[in-house]
Amino acid sequence: MTVSAYLLLASVLFVIGTATVLLRRNSIIVFMGIELMLNAANLAFLAFSRMWGNLDGQLAAFFVMVVAAAEVVVGLAIIVSLFRTRRTVSVDDENLMRH
Amino acid sequence: MSPLAAGDPSLVMSVSEQVLFWTVGPIVVIAASALLFAKRAVVTACSVMVTMVGLAFLYVGLEAPFLGVVQVVVYTGAIMMLFVFVLMLVGVDISDSFIETIRGQRWLSLLLALGLAAVLGGAVWRASFSGVAGLAQASGGNNPGAVAELLFSDYAFTLEVTGCLLVIAAIGAVVLTHRVRLTAKVTQADRARRRVRDGLHLTPPPAPGNYARHNAADVPALDASGQVIEDSVPEVLRMRGQVHSLHGLAQDLVPGDVPPDEEVKP
Repeated sequence: MTVSAYLLLASVLFVIGTATVLLRRNSIIVFMGIELMLNAANLAFLAFSRMWGNLDGQLAAFFVMVVAAAEVVVGLAIIVSLFRTRRTVSVDDENLMRH
Repeated sequence: MSPLAAGDPSLVMSVSEQVLFWTVGPIVVIAASALLFAKRAVVTACSVMVTMVGLAFLYVGLEAPFLGVVQVVVYTGAIMMLFVFVLMLVGVDISDSFIETIRGQRWLSLLLALGLAAVLGGAVWRASFSGVAGLAQASGGNNPGAVAELLFSDYAFTLEVTGCLLVIAAIGAVVLTHRVRLTAKVTQADRARRRVRDGLHLTPPPAPGNYARHNAADVPALDASGQVIEDSVPEVLRMRGQVHSLHGLAQDLVPGDVPPDEEVKP
């Protein structure tokens, strides 16, 4: 059950991340949920990499990490600039411009 | 009989791996569930850090020591620190409200999440795995070296593209957080001139704790006549209402501690 155990753990983490994105309203916490989903995908990549016995899965996980770093920089910059103009980080209040 | 219990010996975890998995796995899941249940964003960030470090352990267990280290350096060291910095920027005390704004959203979301869990779990449960090859041959005892060799040969172009992506992301962050200055910059000389013009306090304001019985930052300074100078306490503490009043301090003091001729002014 080597592979399945890791895949089940990755699934649990992915579902927690998805539920976070769906349920929470603080945009920073929502963003952390996205990070958790990326990590779950990385765990699955590494489990499959070991199952097949080649390192391509590890390289994929590596690139996911690099892209996640870039994504976090831009995402947090958006959150900061939204906070500056609206004084809120709640995803419900991002439509304040309409009112 | 579930396909999980297939007979291939390479599909059975070694005892050390089982210990690692069943120790770290629950910690990772419990820490990750703080994303759903913790009210304060700082608590969430800290528990996500625990999750990331736990995953790094699992990566090492999965014969990927290089990625385990990268996980700690990049995720725990850089990304989560960035999150905490932004939390400090927008206010550490912000907490999420759990009041539903869209009716039925919570139940619908829970239903969708459970559905996703069923799909993913079912897929994993139904899949049959032929065996685990292991990375002993591919890594050859030097996992970082093997990863580097692959990275700079087959994946060299991808690496260059991700390099471009990182540069674009950095520029994007600078552009997004850039603020165009609408007014002239207030220099120290301007502030000094304004202080003289408006007849404000010319010397630097007294530090908290000056001449008081206590030199902590939350105890206001006393002026020559023993009156409390509220402005000496940092504004943040005043806003939070964490200023330690001299009256409260006087009650905290042990009676024998105060010489009778030195009355503490409330």
